[in-house]
Amino acid sequence: MLSAPLVVLLQPRGLAWAGATVAALASFAIALALTIAVLDGQPQVYAMGGWPAPYGIALGVDAFSALVLLVVTGAGAASLLAARPSIDQQIEQERQPLFYSAWLLGLAGLVGIVVSADAFNIFVFMEISSLASYILIAGGPDRRALPAVFKYLIMGTIGATFYLIGVGLIYMMTGTLNLADMEARIGDVVDMNPILVAAGFITIGLALKAAVFPLHVWLPNAYTQAPHMVTVFLAACATKVALYVLIRFDYLVFQAKLADHEVQFALFAMPLAILGILVASAVAMFEGNLKRLLATSSVAQIGYILLGASFVSQAGLSASVMHIFNHALAKGGLFLAVACLAYHYRDLRLDQLGGAAARMPWTCAALVVCGFSLIGIPGTAGFISKWLLISAALESGPWGWGLVAVILVSSLMAVVYIWRIVEAVYFRAAVEGDSQPAEAPLQLLLVTWLVALLNIFFGLFPGVPLELANSTATLLAGFAS
Amino acid sequence: MIFVFALFLLTLLVITALAIVHTENLFVAVMLTSIFSLLMAANFFILDAADVALTEAAVGAGVTTVIFLSALALTGEREKPRVGGRNIALVTVGILALLIIYATFDKPRLGDPNAPVHQHVAPWYLEKTPEYMGFPNVVTAVLSSFRGYDTLGEVFVVFAACIGVLFILGVRPPRESLEPRDESSGLRHHLIPQVVGRLLVPFIVLFGLYVQFHGEYGPGGGFQAGAIIATGVILYALLEGEAEALRAVPRSVLLGMVIGGAMLFGSVGVVCMLMGGAFLDYSVLAADPVWGQQLGILIIEAGVGMAVCGALLSIFHAFAARESLS
Amino acid sequence: MKLLELLGYFNYWVFAIILTVGLYAVIRKTNLIKKLIGLSIFQSAVFLMYITMDKVEGGTAPIIQTGVENQIFSNPLPQVLILTAIVVGVSTLALGLAIVVRINESYGTIEEREILDAD
Repeated sequence: MLSAPLVVLLQPRGLAWAGATVAALASFAIALALTIAVLDGQPQVYAMGGWPAPYGIALGVDAFSALVLLVVTGAGAASLLAARPSIDQQIEQERQPLFYSAWLLGLAGLVGIVVSADAFNIFVFMEISSLASYILIAGGPDRRALPAVFKYLIMGTIGATFYLIGVGLIYMMTGTLNLADMEARIGDVVDMNPILVAAGFITIGLALKAAVFPLHVWLPNAYTQAPHMVTVFLAACATKVALYVLIRFDYLVFQAKLADHEVQFALFAMPLAILGILVASAVAMFEGNLKRLLATSSVAQIGYILLGASFVSQAGLSASVMHIFNHALAKGGLFLAVACLAYHYRDLRLDQLGGAAARMPWTCAALVVCGFSLIGIPGTAGFISKWLLISAALESGPWGWGLVAVILVSSLMAVVYIWRIVEAVYFRAAVEGDSQPAEAPLQLLLVTWLVALLNIFFGLFPGVPLELANSTATLLAGFAS
Repeated sequence: MIFVFALFLLTLLVITALAIVHTENLFVAVMLTSIFSLLMAANFFILDAADVALTEAAVGAGVTTVIFLSALALTGEREKPRVGGRNIALVTVGILALLIIYATFDKPRLGDPNAPVHQHVAPWYLEKTPEYMGFPNVVTAVLSSFRGYDTLGEVFVVFAACIGVLFILGVRPPRESLEPRDESSGLRHHLIPQVVGRLLVPFIVLFGLYVQFHGEYGPGGGFQAGAIIATGVILYALLEGEAEALRAVPRSVLLGMVIGGAMLFGSVGVVCMLMGGAFLDYSVLAADPVWGQQLGILIIEAGVGMAVCGALLSIFHAFAARESLS
Repeated sequence: MKLLELLGYFNYWVFAIILTVGLYAVIRKTNLIKKLIGLSIFQSAVFLMYITMDKVEGGTAPIIQTGVENQIFSNPLPQVLILTAIVVGVSTLALGLAIVVRINESYGTIEEREILDAD
């Protein structure tokens, strides 16, 4: 049952759009089925090749992976569903089959990471997904996409190699690659030095992949230059998967066993998270290009997720996991709306977008809804996770108020940069004469609105993701204490 | 004696690495990288990793070098010197080195049979392989059955790289190609390389096939075989020119090989599921589980070999085609 | 015996040195192909680390010979992992080079600074 998404996904021939979309939808359906099974209370485990766990490779899905799996497959399915018109514009016809098959490989890689319970297997699938995303970004029409992707390739490979070193060190000390087994055996290790260094390598490697603050330099350029639909897909899930592995490693494998690891992780992650939130939000406030603005704000949002995790408390974790889900919704919706805009506007600098609201009213309305969600206006999905984060910060101890201040300040900054977009599209006069209404293609618009409505829906009824987030937090915190 | 030799090799390795970084001629750097790979392979062999040594020699010293060279032909071979900015890099890597050396102090001694690596999972593989698989090469057994899923993932990495290179280099070059290069490129007009090369090519391919199908008994298997055969064909292309090699093995066949190989691997997995086992559980393929395992491994190794060979050749041709255009 | 012990540490140190040299090249060099060469050295270093740990004293390659009792074998698992990692490394490299070739076509240079200046 569990291998089915992989089987479906791992067979890309020269698939064109239809095949790719069907495969993505099928995997989304399977992810839904898995989530329902997990909600029933039982984590799912599948042994590849029929070999028992520490010897063969096992797959496993618990509440945490189910949630991330939903995000990944949902983003994949939604963006592919809408991709056709935008991609037709940006990529030549004869190269499209290769492009879509790379897309599927990327999706398969991300799914593979999430369901895997084996440290080395995660590396292999990480490489599949990264290679595929390099290809996808290199499909960008501008020549600046190439240096951007090259930088991403270098930093991504260094990150993956660091991860490999870390896994090697742990394997050296424990003799196993299975995550659960690793966790059990790491306690018996007498010499702590290699394990400590391994924790360092894995954390830094994955932080590179996840674009955590000082290591984020590849992200804005890569996201800005990628084809618009690719940005939707990658922004919604790629860095989150790296964060997922990071949290999983730090909580399940290291946390309980390493002396003081808890404190070290908090000390390492929290300042970076705070700096990331503040600096990236500030940069976003002054950014002139719409896509780059949103990409920069992604770095800040990753900061929120990390901040939640760095509290090392159940409330913090649950906020952090919730934010993975909600940010994917908000940012995915925003970039979808951007793709709609880009259908008629070649130049996405804010001062070129004047009068867009008159030409494309529906698109701009969706942009505003998702923007509200990103800020965290009550009634949208973003509000739920911000609220959880604030209450977790208050719980976290004497400096809780300071953290709340950080969150509020950065939310204000978010108001500023979202307002700049709104101002540009609604209140500025059109730059050029051409101003008759011209909406984006229906296919694109429908998906955009679907995501925008989901933002509101999960803002009002956050039941299912919240339940998953809470059981994740219990699971992870249970290991921590 | 062998330790002295190993020390010597490792020292050479370090010197080569330093030289690679130091030289400003990229062509020299690539050649040194090839030597570096060979030294590395020799080192692996001393450390009892025959399979890995074979792969490193075929992939690292052979294929990588060829791909680098064909890329160099498209760009320049001089590196421009740069001033300043050295300190930051030195500090960063210095910290890294200290960190690793700090970690080594508690590492188990080399070759200690009681080290945790050798305790937990590994003995199980060594013990069970004859029983479940009925053939001696444990590396092949782990690669294609116990951890077959990794290998499947890996075939897809190669596949991704292949479609990536085709996709990225699939754009028409911005400058219009003015005069197509002289048709008779290659080394055809040089007598000695041609005679020797002609003699070598069939043997290389034959050796590749041997490595492919003997992988269960001696070192070898799909990856190595794929890389070796690809090297043979690339040699042929160098001797006879691009066009001739493409006539022998056309591009569509190569792409077909990549897709076919990957599909073959995947479908074996699905067939296993259909026959009531887990994904990639070959034991159900035949009445006798041992036979089933052997059959499954044979098929997927063939798939791996096809995919790797096809992908490497497609990549090579993509670069080479670019070359004759610009 | 003593020698083997020394060699053990020496292997790890060589790993550390090569890793450092590779990373240094990646960070410091501005030529894109040189960066990729550095990256491949950096990855080879990790292969060395994995293979070093699989050595068992007096062991031999893990290919079981019939009729010989009590053989000692090296650990097969790291070898398998590295087989995979080598191929992954080559794939990344090929992709990187393809991008460099395209960069060279559209910018006319493969020096990082000149590319930055061009935009």
